[in-house]
Amino acid sequence: MKAQKKFLVGSAIIVVTLSALAYVGYTQSKTYYHTIGELSTLPASELHQRMRVSGNVRSGSISHRDGRIDFVLEEQGQALPVSYVGTDPLPDTFKDGAQALVEGRLATGGGFVAEQVQAKCASKYEASPTGQPPPSPAPGQSLNPSRGWSTG
Amino acid sequence: MDIFGSFALLVALGAAVYAFGGGIAGIWTRRPLLTKTARNAGMAVFGLVTLAVATLEYGFFTDDFSLSYVSAHSNRALPLYYKFSALWAGQEGSLLFWTWLLSTYAFLALLLNRRKHPELMPYVGVTLAGVQIFFLTLNNFITSPFHVFGGTDPSGALHVARLSDGSGLNPLLQYYEMVIHPPILYLGYTGFTVPFAFAMAALLGRYPGEKWIHITRRWTMVAWCFQTVGILLGAHWAYAVLGWGGYWAWDPVENAALLPWITGTAFLHSVMMQEKRGMMKVWNVWLVFVTFLLCILGTSLTRTGVVSSVHAFAESSIGSWFFTFLGVVLLVCLAAWWKNRDYLRSDNQLDSLVSRESSFLFNNLILLAACFAVLWGTLFPVLSEAVTGNKISVGPPFFNRVNVPIALFLLFLTGVGPLLAWRKTSYDALKRNFAWPLAGGIAAGVLAFAFRFRDLYPLVCLILSVFVTLTILAEFYRGGRVIASRDRTNLLTAVGELTMRNTRRYGGYVIHFGMVLIFVGISGSAFNQDKQKEMSVGDTLALGPYTILCQNFDQPSTANYSSDRATLEVFRDGKSQMMLYPEHRTYLASQVSETIVAVESTPLRDLYVVYAGHSPETGRPVIHAYLNPLVKWIWFGGIVVVLGTGLAMFPNRSSALLLRPVGEKTWGENRSPQAATAGAPFLERTGHD
Repeated sequence: MKAQKKFLVGSAIIVVTLSALAYVGYTQSKTYYHTIGELSTLPASELHQRMRVSGNVRSGSISHRDGRIDFVLEEQGQALPVSYVGTDPLPDTFKDGAQALVEGRLATGGGFVAEQVQAKCASKYEASPTGQPPPSPAPGQSLNPSRGWSTG
Repeated sequence: MDIFGSFALLVALGAAVYAFGGGIAGIWTRRPLLTKTARNAGMAVFGLVTLAVATLEYGFFTDDFSLSYVSAHSNRALPLYYKFSALWAGQEGSLLFWTWLLSTYAFLALLLNRRKHPELMPYVGVTLAGVQIFFLTLNNFITSPFHVFGGTDPSGALHVARLSDGSGLNPLLQYYEMVIHPPILYLGYTGFTVPFAFAMAALLGRYPGEKWIHITRRWTMVAWCFQTVGILLGAHWAYAVLGWGGYWAWDPVENAALLPWITGTAFLHSVMMQEKRGMMKVWNVWLVFVTFLLCILGTSLTRTGVVSSVHAFAESSIGSWFFTFLGVVLLVCLAAWWKNRDYLRSDNQLDSLVSRESSFLFNNLILLAACFAVLWGTLFPVLSEAVTGNKISVGPPFFNRVNVPIALFLLFLTGVGPLLAWRKTSYDALKRNFAWPLAGGIAAGVLAFAFRFRDLYPLVCLILSVFVTLTILAEFYRGGRVIASRDRTNLLTAVGELTMRNTRRYGGYVIHFGMVLIFVGISGSAFNQDKQKEMSVGDTLALGPYTILCQNFDQPSTANYSSDRATLEVFRDGKSQMMLYPEHRTYLASQVSETIVAVESTPLRDLYVVYAGHSPETGRPVIHAYLNPLVKWIWFGGIVVVLGTGLAMFPNRSSALLLRPVGEKTWGENRSPQAATAGAPFLERTGHD
């Protein structure tokens, strides 16, 4: 019995340590996903979290400014002005009408400051003659931002 | 042809239903004829699904663009080998391919055991047929790959429309590894069905003895090996094609493949507890069950978009089918276990903390912790939305924080575990086995520290890697020396002889060594550097020991794609080393862009250069260069793991003197007195078999 008790104590130490590490990792990397509509109803405590928002790029809204790129995301009639301040070049697929996913934080003025922009050409799957959903990727194919999505 | 293919699938479903129902009836009534016909029906499924697969391949090779699946994933100009691999480029085809591999495994399992284990095999056949019924239902009624364009006119006559050309294969899949990576990973995923069937059969049939666990272990090794290779090929593909400088992103699809690998690894270790000591029977059965459940979960995650629906794009209707199936399987597992739980009573208990048993227990504990953390992180967006209404995703910091310490602890156990004796290890044995390897590891650590190698985790990884490698070498040396002195041969021949006499043990060491190489390669990522710069002709970029000089930019576009290419010359210490040509293509028809990465790979480091795009402000090209140390070790380690697994599955060679059939004891029990002092732990074992 003694060995079993020792094993249980060892296990408990391991589990507690790993849980603590997991919690730290969680607080460091958690990212909320919100729709544009939800942003206006967020409680004040959640306004400054890191988040992802998706929508379509409004046609003609992309403008290059000094050190940043401004554009407007739209979804279901709601609009969100976004400033992209990242250093990576924007993907080729980022253009008028494209579906985009931005990651960053809300600015105090109400707009969104994005550090990462992923974009997917909106027309890519519409050409399918059967109107089927897009083919799912082969398993093991990584879903990292570069697949289907292009990062910037 | 489409009618032929769908008809074959329908008949296959019928055969699977008969194999299932007839099999149950055969077990119930104990009529051998029923059992035999059910088995034959189970084997016939393989032939019928093969016909369906061949039909679809025929459609690809003959450019039959009346089939919507063919036209969506192929075109006339596609090279032949990609027409072949286009079979698994989309949902319907990959599920059909999945069913086919599953039926191949089922066929082999039934064929190879047709004259053995008459009490066990009927249950195996029924379980396999049950899984096949689910997948064949999907193939027939939910995601049939044989849809044709066209429709019926008012009189009811069928009109088939035919497109002039297909829309082509996704360029990301037009890469040689993509021809082999999906089949191999699928072989892993589907392969875990066979151990599941045997475990379920043993439990339901209350099969006496540990025979089933030997069979299960063997099949698990096959699936595990494919899963390992599949994961590594996927990582290599991501590294070579996607152009973001890494090979692993803790992405849901990657995690989905990793989960059953983790539980499969845990099973391959803890199964030894059952074989040798009759312990952990419940645990082992559940590891097999959970591995199978995770395979199904992984399959559904990769194709239903449940988790990546954070992006809210591709969603598919088959999710509910998969989750229903998962629920049913879980219920069956629970019921089978509850009803037969007394069958799984343990024969022994843990005797000492410093013993082989305890190292296996810790191994299993932390593998399960890793599995739980990865599963939790992967499903977190779904779980958090269900509980709090907010979709929250967690990123690589979460996964790394938990899994890096776990990996290092595992590495430690890799060195320690195999040399600990069963039941209890004496202090003398500890000193004898570990003094030198430990000293070597610490010496390597001190040396590295002196050379300003100060990051904690890589330093620990280095110490442990040296330690584990030395323990493995010492094992080969000690055993080899004994045989060499007895048979009067040289040491190298003796080591070969030793290995072939106990392939399982020494193959296991080779696998461990391969894992050490992989760990070393992964720890290299702690020293990754990268630099991104707008460049014009004549500009330079310095990264580590290299200086990259921009020679030229051109646009080698074709009718198929538009392209931007850079010509870069790489210097080291003022001397020209090589030319690199990173390229960025956009395919005109699909508007999909592709990065052609330029990599110069050496054992020490990879120089990985990407044409990243154009600066939004100046329009100048942006070059992104990465310096990734030791990446090559990962791929090389993968090869070693495969060789080790092959070795471990090879039958033992019995020597002229010792005619014991199987088992590790062959060697340990019959050693000369000299060997007994050198490897005392062998003798302390009390075996069960």
